[in-house]
Amino acid sequence: MEKTSLDDVEPAAETAPTISVAGAAPAIAPDRETDQLRVTLGEFEGPLDLLLYLIRQDQVNIYDIPIARITDEYLRYLNLMQELDLAVAGDFLVMAAQLIELKSRMLLPRDPFAAEEEVEDPRAELVNRLLEHEKFKAAAEMLWSRATVERAVFTRAEIETDKNNPEVAVGLFDLLTVFQKILARHKEEVLMEIEREEVTVAEMIERLRNMVRSAGELNVMKFFEQAKSRRELVVAFLSVLELVRLAEISLTQRETFGEITARAVNPA
Amino acid sequence: MSEQARAAKEAEADLAEIVESDDIEGTREISPTELKAIAEALIFVADDPLDPKAIARVLRVDQSAVDDAIRSLVEEYSSRSSGLQLREIAGGWQISTRPEHHEHVRAYLKSKPSAKLSLASLETLAVIAYKQPVTVPEILEIRGVQSPSAIKTLLDKRLIVAKGRKETVGRPMMYGTSKEFLIQFGLKDLSELPSIEDFQDLAGDVTNE
Repeated sequence: MEKTSLDDVEPAAETAPTISVAGAAPAIAPDRETDQLRVTLGEFEGPLDLLLYLIRQDQVNIYDIPIARITDEYLRYLNLMQELDLAVAGDFLVMAAQLIELKSRMLLPRDPFAAEEEVEDPRAELVNRLLEHEKFKAAAEMLWSRATVERAVFTRAEIETDKNNPEVAVGLFDLLTVFQKILARHKEEVLMEIEREEVTVAEMIERLRNMVRSAGELNVMKFFEQAKSRRELVVAFLSVLELVRLAEISLTQRETFGEITARAVNPA
Repeated sequence: MSEQARAAKEAEADLAEIVESDDIEGTREISPTELKAIAEALIFVADDPLDPKAIARVLRVDQSAVDDAIRSLVEEYSSRSSGLQLREIAGGWQISTRPEHHEHVRAYLKSKPSAKLSLASLETLAVIAYKQPVTVPEILEIRGVQSPSAIKTLLDKRLIVAKGRKETVGRPMMYGTSKEFLIQFGLKDLSELPSIEDFQDLAGDVTNE
């Protein structure tokens, strides 16, 4: 991490007289122990959060956002996130693209013949989205305080009834019936532990190689039949393919649907 | 002995009839004082906020009588500064402690405040509460960020429920808040939520040039 790159970013955290838009404001502070700069990024829930934070921080009018300035700040922030190897979510990049588009549209001269009212501010849509987003942030805060009050309220503990404690409502005979069923089931079940032998493709290749080398030739059918499980069969098949690909063995078949024989290929 | 058993059986049958009967017409003679006491008892034993209709049905009295009884109960609770309160929540009535005594109650129960929802979950919940029924893309539009884990958390906590599919491209699932939401946030019904437009002023005010 380069320190120089951080210096020009400096999202001043101490000036935040407005409501906190995000969980925490970003800050750069020296770490006393390691003598390194520590960068704390705000808990921005998304691009709208970040944008709101930048707007509030600069104390600009939300209805008259200086798009060029805010876009620059937004992009600098994104760079910082990337430099810190934070995964920048796609949402942030989409917003960056929208800001840049907005910036270029602001640069275009207005239609001089259009009536004053007809000229729509290209920023209007973004402003509406930001305001809408902020409303819901406030609503979330309201829910949070309601939940806090609610957690301070207690209702009585559960009353034990047959309904919420059904196992007590069972008679001795019910219990016996269940017990007999369990006994009967136990008789039927013959338990046997089977240890699963896992053969890897590499192991199987080695086995096949050795078999072909020692015998000179090998009936592939017989080789497959040795497989103990479906999985092993697949592994065996793969290892045959692999050795053919590596040109270590060749496969021959004398007649259609006849037996297939594997032979070692002599490295000429 | 058998006489007693028969009487007990008859009483049980009577009770079953009362509970099962759905007609509210046949008003029984229960004095207002008695009704108040019984209503209080039923609200106390009910697991969830108790609907006054259920009380009226069980007791075979008019619902207006039950409403009167509950109203006078609420007055009694507050006039004697009781440690308990009778509140209307999620379309029913519930007896609970008062929030101002939470420290002492917690100290006795040795309980800590339960886990809070994350900011992301709360925001998602706010959008769903105000815009319901609402689809995931619509939530994304307002929050500007995907919220799959928040939605899963809210579903796990049963604060939101699926409310069918929207008849549009891809038929996305729509979500809305549940009864559990009303209970956990101490709301009578959704109309008790402050209007979303009230938050606009709050948001707009901070803007100064």
